[in-house]
Amino acid sequence: MTPADVETVYEALAETLDAVGADKRELFLAKLALLLSHDLGDTARVLSRIGEAAQNLDV
Amino acid sequence: MRPAGRAETDSLYFNYPQFEPPAERAGLSEPAPVAIVGAGPVGMAAALGLAREGIRSVLFDAKSTFNDGSRAICVARQSYHILERLGAVAPFLEKSLGWTTGRSFYRGQQILEFHMPDSSREKYRPMYNIEQQYIEQFLWDAIAREPLIDARWQSEVTGMEDVEGGVRLDVKDPLGSYSLEADWVLAADGARSRLRGMRGLRLKGENFEGRYVIADVQMDHDYPTIRRALFDPDCRRGGTILVHRQPDNIWRIDYQLRDGEDEAEAIREDTVRASVAAVLDELGYAGGWELEWWSVYSANTLALDDYRDGRVFFIGDSAHIVPIFGVRGLNNGLADAHNIAWKLARVMQGRAGPALLDSYTPERRGATLDVFANASKSARFMTPPTPGWQLMRDAALNLALSHPFAGELANPRQMTPYTYADSPIVSADDPAFTGGPVPGASLPEARVGEGFLSDLLGPGFTLLAFDAGLTAGLAGSDLKTVVLEPGSEAAEVLAAGPRSAYLVRPDLHIAARWTKATPDAVRRALVRATAGETA
Repeated sequence: MTPADVETVYEALAETLDAVGADKRELFLAKLALLLSHDLGDTARVLSRIGEAAQNLDV
Repeated sequence: MRPAGRAETDSLYFNYPQFEPPAERAGLSEPAPVAIVGAGPVGMAAALGLAREGIRSVLFDAKSTFNDGSRAICVARQSYHILERLGAVAPFLEKSLGWTTGRSFYRGQQILEFHMPDSSREKYRPMYNIEQQYIEQFLWDAIAREPLIDARWQSEVTGMEDVEGGVRLDVKDPLGSYSLEADWVLAADGARSRLRGMRGLRLKGENFEGRYVIADVQMDHDYPTIRRALFDPDCRRGGTILVHRQPDNIWRIDYQLRDGEDEAEAIREDTVRASVAAVLDELGYAGGWELEWWSVYSANTLALDDYRDGRVFFIGDSAHIVPIFGVRGLNNGLADAHNIAWKLARVMQGRAGPALLDSYTPERRGATLDVFANASKSARFMTPPTPGWQLMRDAALNLALSHPFAGELANPRQMTPYTYADSPIVSADDPAFTGGPVPGASLPEARVGEGFLSDLLGPGFTLLAFDAGLTAGLAGSDLKTVVLEPGSEAAEVLAAGPRSAYLVRPDLHIAARWTKATPDAVRRALVRATAGETA
């Protein structure tokens, strides 16, 4: 992905997170995580990314 | 529980027999080779298993009839093989409803249809639905034909004490009290086992939060025998509902109680009626129905550390309580009964070493722990215990509406028989095999001629060979030899070559296998499988 590609995804996520509303954001993100994990097809990589995403949440 | 005005055993479809305490009082105190406490399906199966081996038993039950309602209703394929070995399967086949398919729905839309493995090479279907009363009735009919079983109803075991070479039981019935000594005791007295308390033993494990009401209703509902699971339905938002068909137009409806929903309120008749009506509405059923029976349970995974305490063995719910989602309560109980019966009989008859009895706990407790692992997964899906589990469950269900792969998370993974991999009486595998069932696994089925592989098994151990030369001189009082065709369907499912052989135990689990079998190797495996003297 080029930086421009990442930015496209970033914007689409921001807009969809607003569009789905506060009470559905968690559900939407969890669905997306499952869907992307399935597409990726690499369990070890997904598990490692889960660990990485859980870092620094309290900064 | 039953509707107001109906007695505990006043069923819409089942006539409960009434059993009297023993009228003939002489001889009640005579010593018993085996005492079995609890004449539910597990206790009765154990008595039949022992009788098939020629062992006499006394079977006690405190009640005067069968279970008040239909608790366990799903009987798995392996249990039908056990029932066949107990000489009791015919009425089960006639009455029960076999099934292979399950459907899961989320917010009214189907997200998963699963099929349990089945084919024309299987003698029995993967699962059968039948009410527990019939299970008990049919086992009882077999017991009534069996002179080696002395069944005593309305007979409560009130005390137990170890004595030299046995156990003394104090028994009370409406006509009096007496004591008798038994060489061995099988405690089949259920989840609230009094014998367990008398031995100072406790079940250990987890209690899950989810509580379910199970209700049986009678109705003319036109839907095949397919298990339905409704997640987050309109009639019970946030909850899960299971629907099963049983014989006699009886339908089992399990529905989950909400967090904080008062249990006493939930099991009141009018509440149950309103809840059932809402479920039937959700199913699109508009006809009449009658309420038969209901109860409440929670999903627990509890087991004894050791199923043996001296001369007392715990079998069935007295040893382990499993969540119902895996349909393993009754099925594992029957396997416990079958497992201890062939071992205890052989030890009592001097055909096996006493250490054989120490293989009961690792084999059967191992099966329970395996259920715990699977059932805990199912329970976490059915009744998510924390916000994280809840969110992921909801995400999976929601995603399943558009992407079927996520629906597989709702598959209850109805278990296959447990493999006794760590059993002290199972031989190490022959690494030269490239497939087929490993030692400890249950024997797979295959078509042989007009019948099935399992039809060829002897009452004790069986050697399945593909070379008649191997079996010469091996057959004995407890070993039947069967020669199968190389290249046959049986050879295929066993991944067997012309010199391969399998040693099958009386409970249909594999004791040992070889790609190049020799008579000596077979003899050694048989010694190991019976904890006999090592040569």
